Amino acid sequence: MSAARGTLTIPLPRGEINPRPMDFEKFHREESGRILSTLIRLLGDFDLAEEMLQEAYAVALQKWPTEGTPANPRAWLISTARHKAIDRMRRNQRFERKAEEIAKTTELAAQPESDQEEEMLADDRLRLIFTCCHPSLPMEARVALTLRTVCGITTEEISRAFLVPLATMAQRLVRAKGKIREAGIPYRVPSNGELQDRLDGVLLVVYLIFNEGYLASSGDALIRRELCAEAIRLGRVLCNLLPNQAEAQALLGLMLLHDSRRDARLSADGELVLLEEQNRSLWHTEQIREGTELVESALRRGATGVYALQASIAALHANPKTAKDTDWPQIAGLYDVLLRTHASPVVEVNRAVAVAMARSLEEGLALLDELGKREELGEFHLLPAARADLLRRLGRISEAADAYRRALTLATNDIERRFLQRRLAEIENPRDARL
Amino acid sequence: MQFLLLIYRSETELAKMSSADLSAMYGEYGKFTEEIQNSGNYIGGNPLKPTSTATTVRVRDSKRVVTDGPFAETKEQLGGYYLIEASDLDQAISIAARIPGARHGSIEVRPIMPRTQAVQA
Repeated sequence: MSAARGTLTIPLPRGEINPRPMDFEKFHREESGRILSTLIRLLGDFDLAEEMLQEAYAVALQKWPTEGTPANPRAWLISTARHKAIDRMRRNQRFERKAEEIAKTTELAAQPESDQEEEMLADDRLRLIFTCCHPSLPMEARVALTLRTVCGITTEEISRAFLVPLATMAQRLVRAKGKIREAGIPYRVPSNGELQDRLDGVLLVVYLIFNEGYLASSGDALIRRELCAEAIRLGRVLCNLLPNQAEAQALLGLMLLHDSRRDARLSADGELVLLEEQNRSLWHTEQIREGTELVESALRRGATGVYALQASIAALHANPKTAKDTDWPQIAGLYDVLLRTHASPVVEVNRAVAVAMARSLEEGLALLDELGKREELGEFHLLPAARADLLRRLGRISEAADAYRRALTLATNDIERRFLQRRLAEIENPRDARL
Repeated sequence: MQFLLLIYRSETELAKMSSADLSAMYGEYGKFTEEIQNSGNYIGGNPLKPTSTATTVRVRDSKRVVTDGPFAETKEQLGGYYLIEASDLDQAISIAARIPGARHGSIEVRPIMPRTQAVQA
């Protein structure tokens, strides 16, 4: 290694030369989150880490095709980026001390991956996730920063997914990194006393990312699907790195169970298909199995939080062979519990629907009518939509039509609107319902 | 890093407290201050007289404008502060959470700008 100032020497790759060309796209997607998390720790700065990693990739793209892929590409990239950072800092007198700090950090040996390295990378990854999800950052910044640095999604893709101009999303990321720097947000996994609380925050970010992808309305369907996949990936990372956290398991189970229906939720024409009408042969049974196992395991470990409850309900929906086999009384019971601990408009409405299916349509309708009297639910489109459905089943057609129309004045999601319009047309013109 | 911990609480709520409760609260503050002095985090701190004693000064177009009361009417009012040394924001947050006022009001945690640094917003 060179000690002369301003000279960059990269340790020569040892080990066998890999004759196969590297798939950089794939490597970048899978590895950059882990590499970045270590670099942020070594260099103490998000932007510097990102920039140096880019430069290291540039060198790799030049050298590896001719000199061969190093035995440990991750270690090579980290080492290269680190040296470039030291060099860059040394050139600027103001940052001399910083350069020496970085130089003192432990050099990674250019050796094939070891258990020690795996552990170190896992710790760094966890640090990065917790930092990106720090409560001092605004929620939308946590989501954006996690997607950008932990998942490696480009700013452009994130802005498209959230239907926000690119400049706005870029500013959001700049401000988030700025706050981390200026407010002194540490790059650390929270201590045991705070871990639970902070983990709740992380799980919420993952859940929000999943929901953003799952409740895809207009916009790029591919991007939305990618968000679900990323959220699930993040969920897996958290379960691997924090194997004692039952709620994390429950969240992963919940996401897998919802995602298992991704190919059945829309018809060939892109129209919404409700769960009870979905073609169950299109459901991904392996995911259902895995998701259900995770939920059961989480429950055995004593998980009682919001994800454990939602996942239990999801498992009850996902496992029956036909819609008629659904255990509605149990689902209704779980919604009762959810209502006590995590009440929300969606929970209220879903519970009423479960009661309608478990006990009687009239009872469910009565609950919805009670909810309708509450001012804060006045603009909630799912309430009249659910009422409309129950009224339709009871044969109270003109009331159902009124309710569908009410729901249409409140619904904003394109796919949901088309669904409501179709239902309205079906009951108004039972013989010529088109759309 | 240095942080300013600004203690906000509702003066109307405070006025409703019994003298026994008030004195208990002052006792807690005293204990807390001693703890952070012993741990080396304490740099300074003071309770403030209520906003009824406040005066606001502005200079506009070279004219001095002096008004009675705090700079703005707020639901919670500034009642005191601590200046602390902490290794990072998380430590500052932990210390802020131990301030007795945190249980009834809000503690704003603000990093002190070091004199050598110019900040880009």
